[in-house]
Amino acid sequence: MTTKRLLAATLVAALTILPALAETVKVGVVGPFSGPFSGSFGEPFRQGIETYVAMNGQPADGIEVEFIYRDLQSPDPGRARALAQELVARDGVQYLAGFVFTPNAIAAAGISAQAKIPTVIFNASASTVVSQSPYYVRTSNTLPQVSVPTAQNALDKGYKTVVTAVSDYGPGVDAETSFVKAFTEGGGEVLESIRMPLSTTDFGPYLQSIQLKKPDALFVFLPYGPPTFSFVNAYRDNGLDDAGIAFVGTSETQEVDLQSLGVAAIGLETGYFYSAAHESAENDAFKAKLAELYPDAEPNPATVSAFDGTHALYEMIRATGGEADPDGAIAAIAGASWESPRGPISIDAETRDIVQNVYIRVVEQEENGRLVNREIKTYEAQPDYGAAQ
Amino acid sequence: MYSLIASILIDGIAYGLVLFMVSVGLTVTLGLMRFVNLAHGTFAMIGGYAAATAITALGLPYGLALICAALAAGAIAYGLEIALIRRLYHRPELDQVLLTIGLVFMGIALSGMMFGNSLVPVRLPEFLRGATDLGFRQVPTQRFVPLVMGLATLIGIWLLFERTRFGIRLRATVDNPRAAGELGINTRRIYAAAFAIGAALAGLGGVAGAELLPVEPYYPLKYLVLFLAVVAVGGPGNMLGSFVAALLLGIVETAGKYLAPDFATIALYALMLLVLSWRPEGLFRRTSKT
Repeated sequence: MTTKRLLAATLVAALTILPALAETVKVGVVGPFSGPFSGSFGEPFRQGIETYVAMNGQPADGIEVEFIYRDLQSPDPGRARALAQELVARDGVQYLAGFVFTPNAIAAAGISAQAKIPTVIFNASASTVVSQSPYYVRTSNTLPQVSVPTAQNALDKGYKTVVTAVSDYGPGVDAETSFVKAFTEGGGEVLESIRMPLSTTDFGPYLQSIQLKKPDALFVFLPYGPPTFSFVNAYRDNGLDDAGIAFVGTSETQEVDLQSLGVAAIGLETGYFYSAAHESAENDAFKAKLAELYPDAEPNPATVSAFDGTHALYEMIRATGGEADPDGAIAAIAGASWESPRGPISIDAETRDIVQNVYIRVVEQEENGRLVNREIKTYEAQPDYGAAQ
Repeated sequence: MYSLIASILIDGIAYGLVLFMVSVGLTVTLGLMRFVNLAHGTFAMIGGYAAATAITALGLPYGLALICAALAAGAIAYGLEIALIRRLYHRPELDQVLLTIGLVFMGIALSGMMFGNSLVPVRLPEFLRGATDLGFRQVPTQRFVPLVMGLATLIGIWLLFERTRFGIRLRATVDNPRAAGELGINTRRIYAAAFAIGAALAGLGGVAGAELLPVEPYYPLKYLVLFLAVVAVGGPGNMLGSFVAALLLGIVETAGKYLAPDFATIALYALMLLVLSWRPEGLFRRTSKT
């Protein structure tokens, strides 16, 4: 009886002492963990973080990372700022991460700058985002970064004339602007630029009028989910492929949507930064761990952005020994480069934005019926062309 | 010029038929029964998920999947009518709004848990995929589904409501429940059946329109305004009115897309504003006497 009691007492003592030994570094993650964007962003963010942690353990002996998730369903700058402030002031986070929508990332920049909170942007992809705070770092992409090589590829394929059709919102306009600039500078001609309202459900008329203009190719930018699904079906069902009007896209065939697009997606060519079919040991290891933790999850660009974002956080935490040293943390990550599941990436030492390969991919069907983005061409080490302008 | 007009008409009618199919159920529940049913999209979504499951998981053909969609939406609606909705027919409209919007949110959460937050495609059989050549242009083959179903629904509902005993009882019940009850009509059963029929039509519409309005958890909220627009412009409770309104809205929005692409969505709302300020009751008022 006494031995047992002694044992229990030791155990309790050990348990109370243990956490005190490890230093806890808190990271506040802001993203849409519920609501209409949770499937394409919130869940992939969490999966990317958890997969990285499962593969790498804690950043260093005696340092423990705690992720605090905060739900922000939609573009809501006021709430983004309030959440960031709350995470810093009340929860005492040393780092922030996440942010899907550009307005939210811009709104939180003030907090990051004033409180000197190093922040890793997992998505928000307008060029200007990272310049808003000296403590911002991005591990996703920018729209010019993927649109410019996509335009280059269209020129390389010999397309002379293009019609652009984008959803009428910030990212769509950015994609259109950078594509048109790169395509016309390369000697191509843009016959028309159509901006389609975000609420569009029937894309047929747009595609019919594009068909009448007989361009060589059609450049597209649409938000994930329903608009992409309807547009791709409408592209096939209105016979644009038969008419020889090539589909030129970026994120439209990303993995979260790809299987639901079905056979209509086969043969579509897009330029983007991550394909789940990327052949590398890093990607295989990443996919294996993700599948082990989340059997139903698709390895998606957003998952990889969060995975690499967690790597960036770990690098900063390691370099500063878990202490709050914002300038030291940023100095450690600016200029860093590593092999991501997507391929080689680096963080630009000046802009703190990501530099990465952009891959031209074509959708193929594998023997088991699953669709994949097969990489056929690589544009290496692409910077954010938007910042250079 | 002629081919532009022809294109506007073809695409407009095709889109209008989709609009008609996705909102025809609401004409019954909101229009005819005068129950503020904001959960209409939930039943359409149930139909869509039922059809997608029938095709993908059970391997049923498209036609049977349509029947599954109608049965699933109708059966769930019948249960909800008995459990919840019948208690609110005589309550203020705000109560009806609160209940049905609550159902919408429950539907979003449940479908997200069951089917995931991404969209679920209703796979088309080979013969409905791709384009059909009309000679001077191509149209999506799938649009023949809402075309056939829309016309069949219009005729079927007209026959059911105007030419059957059930229809006579339903109209009597809606117009004067007390008198109908005193004449020995089981008004509760009539109401439950009508609500289930409305939901079954919603389920069919969910499948017929799935190419343009893909099935996903937020479906009921995302397209609510669209459903309401068709019913409001057509005149609540008037099937033919909804049909005409859906075609009109479809053609106007399509014309907008061809002629002024950036303003196409505004065209739809502008038309709605015009019609409703001219005739607040909609294009066609319900014809029966009250």
